This record gives sequence, structure tokens and C-alpha cells, in this order.
Amino acid sequence: MLRHFFSNQLYLGLAQAGIAALAAMLVVVLARRRGIHLESEALVAMLRGMVQIIAVGSVLLLLLRAPLWTSAFLLVGMMVAAGATSGRRAKGMPGAFQVSTWAIACGAGSVIALMTWLGVIDTALTSLVPVGSMLIANAMNTNALALNRFRSDVLAHAGEIESALALGAEPVASVAPYVQASFEASLIPAIDSIRSLGIVWIPGLMAGMLLSGARPIYAAVYQFVVLAMIFAASGLTSLVSTLLIRVRIFTSAQQLMLQPGK
Amino acid sequence: MNASQTSDSVILRAEHLSRVVTGKVLVEDVTFELRIGEVLAIVGPSGSGKSSLLRLLNRLDEPTSGTVYVEGTDYRQIAPRELRRKLGMVTQRPYLFPGTVEDNLRFGPLQRGEILTNDAVERLLSRVGLKGYSSRNVANLSGGEAQRVSVARTLANSPLALLLDEPTSALDEASKREVEALIGGIVSEQGLTCIIVTHDTAQAARLAAWALVIETGRIVRSGPVKEVLRA
Repeated sequence: MLRHFFSNQLYLGLAQAGIAALAAMLVVVLARRRGIHLESEALVAMLRGMVQIIAVGSVLLLLLRAPLWTSAFLLVGMMVAAGATSGRRAKGMPGAFQVSTWAIACGAGSVIALMTWLGVIDTALTSLVPVGSMLIANAMNTNALALNRFRSDVLAHAGEIESALALGAEPVASVAPYVQASFEASLIPAIDSIRSLGIVWIPGLMAGMLLSGARPIYAAVYQFVVLAMIFAASGLTSLVSTLLIRVRIFTSAQQLMLQPGK
Repeated sequence: MNASQTSDSVILRAEHLSRVVTGKVLVEDVTFELRIGEVLAIVGPSGSGKSSLLRLLNRLDEPTSGTVYVEGTDYRQIAPRELRRKLGMVTQRPYLFPGTVEDNLRFGPLQRGEILTNDAVERLLSRVGLKGYSSRNVANLSGGEAQRVSVARTLANSPLALLLDEPTSALDEASKREVEALIGGIVSEQGLTCIIVTHDTAQAARLAAWALVIETGRIVRSGPVKEVLRA
């Protein structure tokens, strides 16, 4: 319907973005009626996301002919931003930003580097940056889920953790069940994405490849390749993140710092 | 607490122990000592700092000043895991780990690579009146049974002293009497050194020979339980 009103692609895009944002805000209003207040967080996140993606699109346009190192520079910047964003989900956990950044750098960074070296990801900036950003964004979400779950579990089971410490357990042993639960929970979206590929959803990358003239089978296989890379990057990120954070919540005298009401 | 005994028998000595968190005084300048086989009750109203003091003794929290000597050694020189094994703590709620009673009893020794034999498990369960419970799932235990398992789990570590943090306050009357009788039996028959935190002065008089009364984190009275609680 919108196409009848907008012949200019830019205006059409802005109108589409406005309607999609309205749908998102409708959910926020429904949540508000149930006493859940997401208004400011959702609004700020959408505005930020919109501005950021337009900025990155403009930068990509400028960097089409830039050298390869520019891609590495952009990806490192994305990893630091992803570390800051997902680290905020770990409120009260010491060193969450450093843990998140290291975890994303190890998880997404190593998969991007390895896959680029092996030729699975094309070295052209227009391929490396968007695919790399997909891996980083998914690693960021997985990291946020892992830290958030770990924090909730530790707060809910502080008594059990301190009982284990009081019985002479190492801090790492006292939180082992919650590290495992956080790791497993954080990977549910990545596993479900691969499991439902082609049945529940046809991702945008495949649609884009088809529109740009790629052969449908190659586009389909490459979509699987991307999801498998996302799984690898997310899994490694979550593994590193939960391993690093589990020691940060204890003092050097093996006292639990993260406690309800503290 | 008993001045007639020699300092060699002192098992635990708290010296000017304090803890202040964001300006709030939880424990202030607490000094006392405990000799082998003594039972000390720490008594006081809710929020007076009794449990905070017990957490400092077990080093689950760090003192902001002062320290504790365990068998003459500053506890900051003892590895936290070894210290906590020596000063076995039983919390207000039992916080059992998912699994069987046996799994819970084996947990402590397993942390130092020791495997408790089946006989040892049965002996511990007999001591707490739960013979034959080893394969029961802890999810199916009553509150009183769970607290008994918690006591047995702490005893499995062969502690030098038991630190009991209101072990009966979360229980109903019948379970409370059972667990109190169990603790009384363990300390009197085996001469185990023990600190029991309670807000119940009658319970303190039944279980302990010595008492400290704490108010707003400070010791306001100390001495033989009957004299202290009569005052």
C-alpha cells in the first residue's frame, strides 16, 4: 500500500520504518497496561538503532573502495560497542564490560578471523563487515542472555552458593550448576534459529542474495553457513563469558560479592 | 569464656572484630574467646548483628577491622576453604543441594578429594536420627529432616567447631524441638565446641553454658548463660 504513496525509495524506507516502530511501540503500550515499563528503554533503543544503522550505511558507502584493514578497524569497534551494550545486562557484576568485550572478541573475533582466512567469508569490505557484524550482534545477544541468567541464578541461589563455600567448596565449584544453566539458556536462540531455518523463517541475507542474482541453492547453503558461524561465535562467546564472570563475583578471600539487597 | 582454663585450649578468639557496610555498622568491636568443648550462645533481637558476626567468624564476609584467631593462627593466614571446613556452619535455612541425602553428605569431603564410605554416611545419619535416609531425594524431606541433613552434612567435614545460625527459627514447633534435642545431644555427648546464634533466650539457656548479648552490633553483656540472661 505504501508504494502507492511513495515513489522515492528513501521516503518509502522512512515510512516503512515509522510503521514498524509504531508496531513495536504498540507492544510497549500493551506491556505498560500490565505494569511493565519499557517505554524509555524501547524508545531510546529504537532511535539509537535507527541512527546507528543509517550512520553505518553511510560509512559503508564511503568505504566501498577502502583497504582491508578498514574492515578490521570497524569490526573491532563493533566488538567494543557490543561488549558495552551486553555488559550493561550484568548489573552489579564486577568487570562485566571487560568480560563481555573479551568474550565477544574471542568468540566472534576468532570465528570471523578463521572463516575469513579459510575463505568462507569474502574479504571484500561489503561482505566481511555485514557478515562479521551479524556474528558480533548475535554473540552480543548470547552474551547478554548468559550474563543476565547467571546474575539471576546467583541472586536466587546465594544461600546454596554460600552453603557450598561454607562446606569448603572452591568458588568455581559452588557456582558450577549456574554457569552450566546460563550457557545452555544463552544458546537456545542460536540453536532454534538453525533448527527452524527454512521452515519458520527465511533470513534476510538469503533474500538479499537472491535479489542480487545469486543462485538459489548457493544462497540457501550460504545462509546455513552464516547460521552455523553464528552458532560457533555465540557458543564460544558464552563459554568464555561464563568462565570469566564466574570468578569475578568472588573476592580474593572467596566471599560471594553478588548478593540480594547488596 | 572460662578463665580457669589455659590459653592452649582456646580454639577461637575474635579480636576487635567490626564490619561496616556503606556507613552502616553491622558488628562493632567484638572481642571474645572460646575454648575446646564450650558452647556459646550469641543472643540478641532481630537485626542486632548476630548472624553478621557468625558470617565474619566463618569469613563469608570480611571484617573492616579486627580479626579472628583459630587455634592461635590469624584466620587471614588460613586458606578460606580450610578455615570453613574447620568452622562448620549450619545456616538458618538448610539450602540442601539437589539430589539425595547421601550426595549432600558426601559434598564436603569430596571438595578435598575424600570419598565418604557408605558406613560413614550411615553413622552420620544415625547421629542425626535419620538412619536409612541415605538414598532419599532431599526434595521429599520435611523442614526438620532437611535441617538434620544440613547438620550431618556439616559434621561430615569433621569440624573443630560448629557455628549454628538460628538453626531452628525456620521450623515448626515439633521440628524445632527435634533439632534442638539433636544439637544438644551432639554437643553434650561429643563435647563439640559450638557457637549458636539465637533470638530465643530459653533455647540459649537450654543449649549453652556461656552467652554474649549483642545489641546494634556491640556486645552489651557476656558471661555464664544463666547470669547473663538473668540480667
